[in-house]
Amino acid sequence: MKTPKELRYTETHEWVKVEDGFAYIGITDFAQDSLGEIVFVELPEENDQLNQNSEFATIESVKAASDLNAPISGVVVAVNEDLEDAPELLNTDPYENWIVKIEIEDQSELDSLLDSEAYIKVTEEE
Amino acid sequence: MKKTVLYDHHVKLGANMVEYADYLMPIQYSAIKEEHHAVRNDAGIFDVSHMGEIAVLGKDATDFMDMIFTNNIRSMTANQILYGFLLYDTGGVVDDLLVYKYNDEHYFLVVNAANTDKDFAWIKSQAQNFDVEVLNKSPQYSELALQGPKAESMLQSHTDYDLSTLRFFTFDDVTLEGRSFMVSRTGYTGEDGFEIYGDHTDIKALFKTLLISHEALKPCGLGARDTLRFEVALPLYGHEISETITPLEAGYKFAVAFDKPAFIGKDALLKQKEAGLKRRIVGLEILDKGIVREGAEVFKDATKVGVVTTGYLSPSLNKAVALALVDKPHDKRGTELTIGVRKRLLKAKVIKRKLYNK
Repeated sequence: MKTPKELRYTETHEWVKVEDGFAYIGITDFAQDSLGEIVFVELPEENDQLNQNSEFATIESVKAASDLNAPISGVVVAVNEDLEDAPELLNTDPYENWIVKIEIEDQSELDSLLDSEAYIKVTEEE
Repeated sequence: MKKTVLYDHHVKLGANMVEYADYLMPIQYSAIKEEHHAVRNDAGIFDVSHMGEIAVLGKDATDFMDMIFTNNIRSMTANQILYGFLLYDTGGVVDDLLVYKYNDEHYFLVVNAANTDKDFAWIKSQAQNFDVEVLNKSPQYSELALQGPKAESMLQSHTDYDLSTLRFFTFDDVTLEGRSFMVSRTGYTGEDGFEIYGDHTDIKALFKTLLISHEALKPCGLGARDTLRFEVALPLYGHEISETITPLEAGYKFAVAFDKPAFIGKDALLKQKEAGLKRRIVGLEILDKGIVREGAEVFKDATKVGVVTTGYLSPSLNKAVALALVDKPHDKRGTELTIGVRKRLLKAKVIKRKLYNK
């Protein structure tokens, strides 16, 4: 299971990458592996407001629907539209295929996220 | 929590194990879609040892079965199988089941895992005025389902018994690799195939032998079992049939023999039939992007007219489809409805209940 060192993580298996003042959010390798084949992603829309720890998108596998929680707050500036036609990209490369790009509202929220070591511990306990 | 005799083997094969009907069962080994396609195109093998087996024995066995079972018991010949229901007086379903007839004094009932204890108690409670013995044989049996277009040729390579003579919905004693099993030509996938009953050691040996001998044979979990039965509109207890959803509402009138003088639940069903059904199970094709799941509400304009009983992205059709219990007159084919999914309303259209046809 891959857990890149440069990313930050949540206990609910989302990752965050900060680049040029924006945050990219996706799901972890562990998440895609436990969900199984992803068949549909319900994306938010541009300009939607994300609130930390609130649900912002839904991922459907063959078996069930799972909500994604926003690791940090902010306004959506872009969604990964590739996922509309090819949701399985989240299975093949969960770190290359981000789900939303947001404007970071409160830098201090980033401090509440886990580093890769802490996240690996979370996955080991599940 | 109970384990089937194959538990360790499932874990070795990399299965995800989940709790189902008080058993730890494999939900999937590789991926649900892959296992689903294996059964539609080649063959898959399922551990269904959690299913319940109940024997009804004795002088009055035929009279008794005739009273508790909706289908025509007296029409059965030895080694034949019938699908039907046990009903409450209200017409609601105790369970759906297969009845295997050995002879007039011996029937073998295969019931849903989650209902085994309830069924056994209910059957016994009806038996007081009959000379019958009702036995819960579930602990003695393990069961495999070998399903798919290649099931017959695969199984044939393990026996001298000519399996082409074993017709749909019949069973026989069959020796496979020197061990004896009860084999029926039945299944829950919409494909040709067999259900194989035996003692624990024999089933364990057979499962291993089959997987080693046939490269195209995939072990399949409960996930694929559900998508397969769903596509061909086979009901699942608690979803399309239940204590409150009758066989008529589910579209299973053919398994209810109204021409029998009596069976438990007949009066209630007859009344429902004569008054006209108020709702029934239909197929839905989801026209907007998205997947609807069990429990989603179905609307006509602003009025709630039904509820989804099972929903998936169908692996065979690669389309989002559902089974739903819908009020009349919105059940007519072609009717446009909407379904509430989280914050959205998805457009849907009523289609045939059997979603997938070969």
